[in-house]
Amino acid sequence: MADSSLAVEHQEGLDHQFVDREQQRNAASLGMWVFLGTEVMFFGGMFCAYLIYRYWYYNEFAAGSRSLDIVLGTTNTAVLICSSLTVALGVRAAQMGKRRLLLLLLLATLVFGLGFLVIKGVEWHDKYVEHHIPGPSFNAEELIRKNPELHIDPAPTQIYFSLYFAMTGLHALHMVVGVGIFCFLTYYAWKGRYTPEYHTPVEIGGLYWHFVDIIWIYLFPLLYLIDRKR
Amino acid sequence: MFDNFPLWPVPASSGAGNVDALFIFLVLLAGFMCLAIFTLIVVFAVKFRYRRGHRAEQIEGSVPLEVTWSAVPLAIFMVIFVWGAVIFFRERTPPREADAVYVVAKQWMWKLEHEQGQKEINELRVPVGRDIKLIMTSQDVIHSFYVPAFRIKQDVLPGRYTTAWFHATRPGVYHLFCAEYCGTEHSGMIGQVVVLEPAQYEAWLAGGSTFGSLAANGESLFRQLGCPTCHRSDIQGRGPNLVGIFGKPVQLEDGRTVMADENYIRESILSPNAKIVSGFKPIMPTFQGLVDEDQVTALIAYIKSLSRSPEGAAGPAKPAPGT
Amino acid sequence: MASTAIPVEREHYLNTDYGIRSWLFTTDHKRIALLYLVTITVFFFIGGFFALLIRLELLTPAGDLVLADTYNKLFTMHGQVMIFFFLIPSIPAVLGNFLVPMMVGAKDLAFPRINLLSWYLLVAAGIVMLHTIITGGVDSGWTFYTPFSTAFSNTKVIEAGLAIFIAGFSSILTGLNFVVTIHRMRAPGLTWSRLPLFIWAHYATSIIQLLGTPVLAITLLLVVFERAFHLGIFDPTRGGDPLLFQHLFWFYSHPAVYIMILPAMGVVAEIIPCFSRKRIFGYSAVAMSSIAIAVFGFLVWAHHMFVAGISLYSAMIFSILSYLVAVPSAIKVFNWTATMYKGSIHFDTPMLYAMGFIGLFTMGGLTGLFLAALGIDVHVTDTYFVIAHFHYIMVGGAVMGYLGGLHFWWPKISGRLYPEWLGKFAALTVFLGFNLTFFPQFILGYLGMPRRYWEYPPEFQVLNVLSTAGSTILAVGYVLPMIYFLWSMRYGKIADANPWGAAGLEWKTASPPPTDNFREIPEVSWEAYNYDEIPAPAEVPVGR
Repeated sequence: MADSSLAVEHQEGLDHQFVDREQQRNAASLGMWVFLGTEVMFFGGMFCAYLIYRYWYYNEFAAGSRSLDIVLGTTNTAVLICSSLTVALGVRAAQMGKRRLLLLLLLATLVFGLGFLVIKGVEWHDKYVEHHIPGPSFNAEELIRKNPELHIDPAPTQIYFSLYFAMTGLHALHMVVGVGIFCFLTYYAWKGRYTPEYHTPVEIGGLYWHFVDIIWIYLFPLLYLIDRKR
Repeated sequence: MFDNFPLWPVPASSGAGNVDALFIFLVLLAGFMCLAIFTLIVVFAVKFRYRRGHRAEQIEGSVPLEVTWSAVPLAIFMVIFVWGAVIFFRERTPPREADAVYVVAKQWMWKLEHEQGQKEINELRVPVGRDIKLIMTSQDVIHSFYVPAFRIKQDVLPGRYTTAWFHATRPGVYHLFCAEYCGTEHSGMIGQVVVLEPAQYEAWLAGGSTFGSLAANGESLFRQLGCPTCHRSDIQGRGPNLVGIFGKPVQLEDGRTVMADENYIRESILSPNAKIVSGFKPIMPTFQGLVDEDQVTALIAYIKSLSRSPEGAAGPAKPAPGT
Repeated sequence: MASTAIPVEREHYLNTDYGIRSWLFTTDHKRIALLYLVTITVFFFIGGFFALLIRLELLTPAGDLVLADTYNKLFTMHGQVMIFFFLIPSIPAVLGNFLVPMMVGAKDLAFPRINLLSWYLLVAAGIVMLHTIITGGVDSGWTFYTPFSTAFSNTKVIEAGLAIFIAGFSSILTGLNFVVTIHRMRAPGLTWSRLPLFIWAHYATSIIQLLGTPVLAITLLLVVFERAFHLGIFDPTRGGDPLLFQHLFWFYSHPAVYIMILPAMGVVAEIIPCFSRKRIFGYSAVAMSSIAIAVFGFLVWAHHMFVAGISLYSAMIFSILSYLVAVPSAIKVFNWTATMYKGSIHFDTPMLYAMGFIGLFTMGGLTGLFLAALGIDVHVTDTYFVIAHFHYIMVGGAVMGYLGGLHFWWPKISGRLYPEWLGKFAALTVFLGFNLTFFPQFILGYLGMPRRYWEYPPEFQVLNVLSTAGSTILAVGYVLPMIYFLWSMRYGKIADANPWGAAGLEWKTASPPPTDNFREIPEVSWEAYNYDEIPAPAEVPVGR
């Protein structure tokens, strides 16, 4: 055992605390999965609040949901799915050692990610213009006027928008972190750091990206598609 | 009662004895277990202390022992659970005919209102030997109504009613504490519960300046607000007939059934469209902001009184206290 | 391998490099452990100072030492500092950081840089907390109950919430490092059934940290958002549910109790076999009970809410589940006690702390049975009975375990022995001071004295005076170890690799250990606690 640990002492990209590359890769990947587990619990708190209030205030939630822009929301979903595809292809490219292809795919991911954030920003701005931001300037009159059949109570509509902003806001924050991670990955890919033997950062960065993507896949129907039949 | 150094709280309600009995049982049980563990530790420590030449005897463990000391405690725990749950069940189910006292908590005082209309602040007078049900809400933060002598405590929440009940057994003056931290003067949000002999209580009821019974106030408010236009006492109203609904299940438009209790009526006044009664249209405007907690209380007392007197006539819920 | 005499000039993790940079940028888990030790000691004394002021205020029934608002801030910040900046990091971040890699036979934790990051996060959180304290404090109670915290308190709730939010990430990253290290970096031959129980306890703790802390993080974040941006998720005037906050809060904060107590149980499970010279009684029962506590611990949170307005039936469900979580704790107490049976018991300081732990934890646990009984809980919840109960668990349990562990591994950490007679004296002082402080509070609680009271009715004074008197004794007991530990770093007797004759891989390397922990990665072929194969410590010269 001692011999083998000495033998692999000076491998490229191997941290001193690990015995070999495989141990390092396993540790990194388990670490990311565990981290994603904590993220599930983080968003889980909000999903729990969402479920309770949606049960209590279904009509208000339906009215709030109808006021969101379905076209922009759907576009954003498509943008994120495309970004997940480029990430998956990027990991493949890294495994096969295709540096140029990897760079291209990482850049594409960045473009999609930033595109998502821009569209999200436009949607938030719309809500701002419509006085749908919870707080003193909140105004539910338009919601009441547009959805007479729902008989909504103005107070709990604020809960819908509170959850909307908390959930999409924290999701967007995760997207910003993801874009940051992918800037690093792109830089090191450009420097040629990743090889078929060593590309763990691309893999675990990709795991993170897919996770943030999946959160959106849940957020989209929960927030946008509550009651669209009119 | 305020002796200098009490070691046991005065039991002054019918439920206090039950709580004390379980508590004493638990003290004995816990005392026995502590004594057993401490004795074992001391005996082992002395008997098996290090002596030169003696070596420890290696013992792996014992499955039968593990099973025993898991199963026996679990069995004892289940006994405690059932015992505690039975007491709790009793504490949480007020007798049907209990006299209601409405409690509104706010930073940092207790406002109490009797059905007969007497209002008190930080002081609650109750007769000995009667079931008293507290219907409580808060105007601001969470408070907690705690009377150690009765062994009852219930958080008081903003935006809904919580209830507690007791049956005082011993005349005297007892502490009323706020037990949920509520800000600067939390420790000043105290008062007293004065348990009176029935005769004294009657005298107090008769002598106090009264504003008319709560239900009567509720009725006049009911008329002022124009409620009878829709809530008529026949079946032709645009709103449900309120006579006799209190305490009965109500069929809702979406198929659910709810119990018409204080919380339901409160919600129906403040957010009328939340639960629509089957067969009616959601046309009632909200009274949120138009009525305060005291007025909601009066309206509820009135609606409750409609279920007690068959004619649905106005007037106090009870002709005379002591019925 | 092992306990031969060590040349004085041998290189180890403490003398391998000097200077502030070598500490602030270290990735060595042992140095990071010491950074944590310094940090949490500072917070322990800040929190302790608040506690003393609370006790002094309560010496008389009238509120005469500090103002009501000040008192409310004192108990709030005492709780926040002690829980989030001392107890939760205490054993895991100090002893766990130091020992987990060594006990599993690894050179370091899996992610040394993340480990350093988590210390920086705690420091950042600590600075925000200190800023909160200095610039006016916070009075929401450590529980942050809404709507008081969101809409009524006019103190620095946002800052305190953010401080705890950041500290939470420190805790998450530590737990993540432990889980990955324990899963992936065990030495060859070190199977799960050969792991020390300290590792099992830390594994269970880490699971709670990973699954619970994010829920607290989001809950506090929503409170912060509600104050800062007028979101209305818990606001009753907009239809929000203040009880939802309590559910989310206790979903973390009940398991958090186990974050504090499980590592202490792990420490005790190391100390008792060592000083009884015996294998632990019922190894698998003790190991599995840690996991059982972690799992059941997540199912009992609403027992903090029996009078909060939850339904009768959910109260009953949470009551019965609370009794289930008591069973594994009972199993542990019985097994520790049984371990002493037919042992050869030495009464060094760590053993005194461990025996004290069993006693106080037993009392804390048994009074937990009172609180889980619905009928009793209605009367005693939110009174001093609860205060006494959780201090028996957290101070009588977790802090006793922490101090015991610190004494036990101090020779390994510093390479020096602390003065044994002073250690024993301090241990006894802590035990007596603790009981005098907190036992009267059980009686106060049953009498009905509510918690968080600045003023109280005069008939409660005698017991409060006893409690305050005890707290001064307790304070002496806590200051003493700090003094003699510092003293021993320079003047203590040199410790050899294994001064207690203890089992465990950490004792098979030098004291203090070299930076890479082991000259060669050990190969394990023995069960844990193989005290039959290790020479008795009496023959080993221990400095006393």
